Parts: sequence; C-alpha cells; structure tokens
Amino acid sequence: MSAETVEKEIEKKPAEPLFSKRRKKLVTDPLVDENPITIQVLGICSALAVTTQMKPTLVMAISVIFVVVMSNFVISLMRNTIPSRVRIIVQLAVVATLVTVVSEILKAFAYDMYKELSVFIGLIITNCIVMGRLEAFALGNKPYDSMLDGFGSALGYSWIILTVAFFRELWGSGSVFGIPVFDYVSGIFGPDFQLATNGLMVSPVGAFIILGLIIWVQRTKTGYVEH
Amino acid sequence: MQQSNGYIIVFSVILTVVLGLLLSGTSQVLGPMQREAEALDKKKQILGAVISADEIDAMTPEEVNEYYSSRISSIVVDINGEEVTEQDGASVTAESVDIGKNYKRPAEERLYPVFIFHEEGNSDAVESYVFPLYGAGLWDAIWGYMALDTDMNTVGGITLAHAGETPGLGARITEGGVQERFVGKEIYNESGELVAIKMQKGEGKDYSSDPHKVDGLSGATITANGVNAMLENYLGHYQAYIESKKSSKAVATAN
Repeated sequence: MSAETVEKEIEKKPAEPLFSKRRKKLVTDPLVDENPITIQVLGICSALAVTTQMKPTLVMAISVIFVVVMSNFVISLMRNTIPSRVRIIVQLAVVATLVTVVSEILKAFAYDMYKELSVFIGLIITNCIVMGRLEAFALGNKPYDSMLDGFGSALGYSWIILTVAFFRELWGSGSVFGIPVFDYVSGIFGPDFQLATNGLMVSPVGAFIILGLIIWVQRTKTGYVEH
Repeated sequence: MQQSNGYIIVFSVILTVVLGLLLSGTSQVLGPMQREAEALDKKKQILGAVISADEIDAMTPEEVNEYYSSRISSIVVDINGEEVTEQDGASVTAESVDIGKNYKRPAEERLYPVFIFHEEGNSDAVESYVFPLYGAGLWDAIWGYMALDTDMNTVGGITLAHAGETPGLGARITEGGVQERFVGKEIYNESGELVAIKMQKGEGKDYSSDPHKVDGLSGATITANGVNAMLENYLGHYQAYIESKKSSKAVATAN
C-alpha cells in the first residue's frame, strides 16, 4: 500500500490524506445510506442461510470482508491490463481463488466452522456484493480507494447479518454466542419460570422477518424510497 | 479499449497459471493440517456414538486423541464377518478405511471397520461396538456411527452427519435431540430377525413402546428414508459380524 500512496503523491499536487473526507465516505456510505443488504438488497441468500447463530455468522462476515477487500485490491491493481471483453471471467477467477483460499484456511484451522458453513463459504463467489463492487468501483478506481470501498460494503453487509443473527439466536435458541442467556434470565425468576424459544426463528423464515423489520426501521428513519 | 485476441489469450493464460500456482501452493501448505483436522473430526464422530456431545466439546484436541487411543480399539472385517488385515498387499487399519470410497464398490468387496469401545486400558472389557454407516440423503451423502451394546441388539447411541442436506430440515439429523431418539431402540425383533430401526413419517408422535420405530423429521422425509436405508444396508452388511459376536457371547454365558 505504501507504494500506492507514493504514486499518488507524484500524480496529484497536494497529496490526499490517507483518511480524507471522501475516503471516509467510501467506508461509511455503505453502512447505512447505501447498505448492500437493506438498500440494494444484495447478498440475501447468505444473509438468510448462515444467520441462525452468531459464531458462524461472525466467521462468514470476516470471510466476506477478506474476499471483498482483497478482490477489490487485486482487480484494481490489474484494472488497466484486464481485457474488457473477458473482464467478468477474470473477476470470477480472482474471486473464486480468494474464496477457495478462505475455505482451505478454515478447513485447516477451524474444521467445525468449515463443516457448519460448508457450502456457504463457496457461495461467497456468487455473492452479488463482491462482483457488484468489482464492476462498479474497482475497475475504475485506484487500489487503496477500492479497498476502502470494499471494506465499507463488506462492513455494511456484516453488521446487518450480525444483527439478524443476534435476534435469531436469542429468540430461536435462547442464547448469544452460545451463552444460554435465556436460562440465566429464567433462573432469576425462580425454578418454574422458563423463557420460551421460537422455532420459527431457527428456520430461514425467521431471517426474512427480522430482515424485513430492519429494512422497515431503517427506511422509516432515513426516509429512503425505491425509485 | 479493444484488445487483440492474442492479448486476451496471453492474459488469460498468465492469469490461469498464477492463480493455479497460488491455489496448489495453499493446498500444499495447509494439507497436513487439514488431514489432521479431518482425522480428529472422525474420532469425535466415533466417540459421539458412545459418549455425550457435551463431554466431547469440553475436550481439547489432545484429550480427544488420548481418550480415543485409550478407549477405542478397532478391527476391519469383510462382509462375512472375517477379520481383514491386508488388502492388495497393503495392511489396513480401521482408521484408514475411507467409508465413502468403499461405498462405491459392491457390498461384497467393501471393507467394514468396527470400532470397539472398551474400558480404559483393557480391550477385553468391551462396552459397545461402533459401526460406521454410509448412504444417500436428499442432496448428497449422509453418514454416521452407531453404537450397539454388548447384547448386539440395543442401540447405545448414534451420530449422524451429512454433506449437504437442507438446513433446518434434513440437516437436523445432526442435532442431539434427533439422535437421542435412537438410544435404547433394538435392531432385532423377538423372533431374532434383523429388522433395523425405521424413522417414521411425520413428527411429534410417541414411539417409546415400539423398539424398532423412531419419530420422524417433519419436512425431511427423504432424508429420513435415507437414514433408514443406510441403517438397514449397513446393519445387513455387518450382520455376519454382529451374529458371530452374539453367538460367541451366548456360548460364553452358557459356559
């Protein structure tokens, strides 16, 4: 990255600060106003599938952040050499390689996670957020900016799936990160009291409902309407 | 910018080679660790049939390995229940037998590992026999390990796993609550015929009075049928071994 900033200093007279206002906006915009899930409604498949518990969701979020940031970086580095006629295939090859690396690393160091997330790690390849950012941003911008943009989008994706997972695990299994919160709370009220869990939350339908509620709350607050 | 075909081809070739090298490098570096993780997972699944999942979760990988080596001994048998020690000139151990690969061969030619759970350090004081299972679910392979008590009839426990069943439906076979339904069921009927255990259609009924039926999986009948077929097939394949153990025990008690 240091080489990158040096290059920039030569090109532009006043060097843009590492975290200028424009660059901060690259990261913060996708968190709420341009959120890939709630506004652009991308990446829904994995948002529904992996969010029954916090732990796998966190691993998924980290994997997506890694893949989006790295693929944005690589594609942006190559953006002037990629032949435009085969650019989609080139993007796909890069993304698929990164996803395979993530999957191999999980298999070696976190086998239980690898088993639990199984096919969904592989399906990061088809996550529209990844290809969407490559097409829309990385092909036309410098590597550092592209990395920030990818980081922002992936973070926007991550906080939504983590929020969904929090409520699904809490209401569906009565726990958070595997800690049985419901049992502790029930214990306070005496032995006969038991907070009930809802099986609906464990099934993908629960994710639809939570996601719908999040989108509703967000759009009410920001006043966003579909055009 | 419109590039020439030559440029595109050269670019693609270079990209392919670079990415290919990267991937094979990763796989080379991580390979040993992955095989270790797989072996550990297999041990956990085998132990899962005889001790509770909570106990296994509480163990570190080293403890699992140690527990496994002090409590499990294993042999490999063929379809006639005869012990097999080598195949095609290479010696075989139960841990190295790939059940999935064997599944592709005709039943008569497969190797059948048996994992024997015994008292610590004393391999003669057998507590239960663990048999691997393998079959097809709705989308992909399903497999598992079933423990039979020393009467060779009562199920001591079962672990089930799958490659790609639907989450929330067929994938529920991995849940403790579903696997517990098999505990205490019997594989032989009163007249001594092998009838295995059948998951029933529908869910929420009480089958505690019937030793050959367990409650089914709502919305996952095909996966449940896969489990039934897998149990029936593999108990059938192990029948010779199971019956040899049964009769030797009957002789022992008669003496």
